[in-house]
Amino acid sequence: MNIRRAISRWSCLAALIVGASEAVALDYALENPAPGVYVHYGRQEDISAANRGDISNSGFVVGDKCVAVIDTGGSFAVGVALRESVRRATDRPVCFVINTHAHPDHIFGNAAFAGDKPQFIGHVRLPEAIRRRGPNYLNALNRTLGTAAQGTTLVLPTRAVAGIDRVDLGGRTLVLRAWRTAHTDCDLTVLDEKSGTLWLGDLAFEGHVPVLDGNLRGYLAVIAELRALRVNQVVPGHGRAAGWPGVLDAQERYLRRLLADVTSALKARKTLAETLDAAECAERGEWLLFDLFHKRNVSAAYAELEWDE
Amino acid sequence: MRVRVALCVFTAWLAAAGSALAQDPDQASSEIWQKVHASLFAGARMEAADAVIALETPMRAEDAAIVPVAIRAKLAQSKDRYIDRVWLLVDRNPSPVAAEFQFTPASGRADIETRIRIEEYTHVRAVARTNDGKHYMVANYVKASGGCSAPAGKDAVAARARLGKMRLRVDDKLVAGQPALAQLMVSHPNDSGLAMDQLARTFAPPHFVRRVEVSYEGKPVMIADVDFSISENPNFRFYFTPQNGGLLQAKVVDNQDLKFNTALKLDAGRVAASR
Repeated sequence: MNIRRAISRWSCLAALIVGASEAVALDYALENPAPGVYVHYGRQEDISAANRGDISNSGFVVGDKCVAVIDTGGSFAVGVALRESVRRATDRPVCFVINTHAHPDHIFGNAAFAGDKPQFIGHVRLPEAIRRRGPNYLNALNRTLGTAAQGTTLVLPTRAVAGIDRVDLGGRTLVLRAWRTAHTDCDLTVLDEKSGTLWLGDLAFEGHVPVLDGNLRGYLAVIAELRALRVNQVVPGHGRAAGWPGVLDAQERYLRRLLADVTSALKARKTLAETLDAAECAERGEWLLFDLFHKRNVSAAYAELEWDE
Repeated sequence: MRVRVALCVFTAWLAAAGSALAQDPDQASSEIWQKVHASLFAGARMEAADAVIALETPMRAEDAAIVPVAIRAKLAQSKDRYIDRVWLLVDRNPSPVAAEFQFTPASGRADIETRIRIEEYTHVRAVARTNDGKHYMVANYVKASGGCSAPAGKDAVAARARLGKMRLRVDDKLVAGQPALAQLMVSHPNDSGLAMDQLARTFAPPHFVRRVEVSYEGKPVMIADVDFSISENPNFRFYFTPQNGGLLQAKVVDNQDLKFNTALKLDAGRVAASR
């Protein structure tokens, strides 16, 4: 352990080697669903020392000139494994690292790409979200991962997207779209026009219970807008999409039930604590990690909807 | 129901963190408490709170930004014996004194419910002082949620846009001379402004509610000195004792000296005569 610590202090290269050996233990698999499109499906688990934060989906798109990485996993070690996957797939440089939102399992691998000197791209509100939440996320990561969190730092975006923006990879364009507050207040989607692949970040969950950390009504409104998009395939932030837009159905059902349950609790003048105690668990059997997130969702929905009354 | 809920919470934190398995630390050994005890209470003896107040907190902060907390008085407010102050403390927060509440016999009950931010695993404490100068303390250990739960608000821009909206409401049924529940909601980012590390090139200034005064017919029923340990959109549930109608007023002042006021006129017809 001390040896590992000593080595990682030396240089970026040493850190890469150590990271790569850890990546073997991570069993970092990569899929190639379309030419130039690579996806890593993270585990459907809570973050732990065993998975090192490899609990969300990430990947990259390769153009004639450049590679764009989309989300980087939940720790420096996971980011290093992704960087290694890029190197094995192509010799083109990583010019862009795009984060779909501020949650730690999507941004904490960013530092592994610092040596590529890419543009780090995110929603115009990503910097504020990272500044407000990042230190807390980093504490939680260090607490959970211990020394396996080593190398993880907060990396702020260098390019902000408001509305719609485009990134040229050489013979291939990515369309970036910043959304209103939904899953979070900084959700960004990435469309690879050439393959018709849409990276949804956590605007779509499959398997993993949806997480509300933004605005419930906004989330539902964004889902309705997403449904209208004609694409060939999508990559959710968690889980796999069997079909489009069918992958949104279960998530929408869950969120609508959450809206209905919390609305009726408010009508019955229940307090937040009472509402949490009686949190309806009708959806429990339908989702992974339900007990970890459902009450938090109820809490977030309550705090939002009590102002609607 | 209680058992099922407890089980649900238990499995959740088992899954959350291996370190959560360690036994809760002893509340008395908290260094921050020792400092607060000396500075805020001049080392006053803390009696067991069982007969005076109870503190309700979740075992685990599901959402670190909005943790519901209730302090319940075990005695009615009377002219002879009443709780005149209640402190709400969060040991491991950047500012441990979350709130200092003042009550009077006219409060009816010295109960208070609010929501707090929890930065990390911590003791949450309620200290009550009765009018004879005795202090009573109760402490609960609350485990902060890991992963993507953070004490920051959900949408800082929206919170700033709604700044100052208020809502004051009371029980549907009021009986003269009987304590009645009231709720005050204040739309405010209640922002610590702590740009907590070297990343921030521009520091967002702190912007938080610092004082809430609620009066009924001109007499105070609940006064709170608070800070950013209180969640975004500060929310308070408390009691007052209605007589024949009258005016319930709330005045809120934040740290930038912005003032927000609201009032609720209770028609005499709405307050049933005491039996």
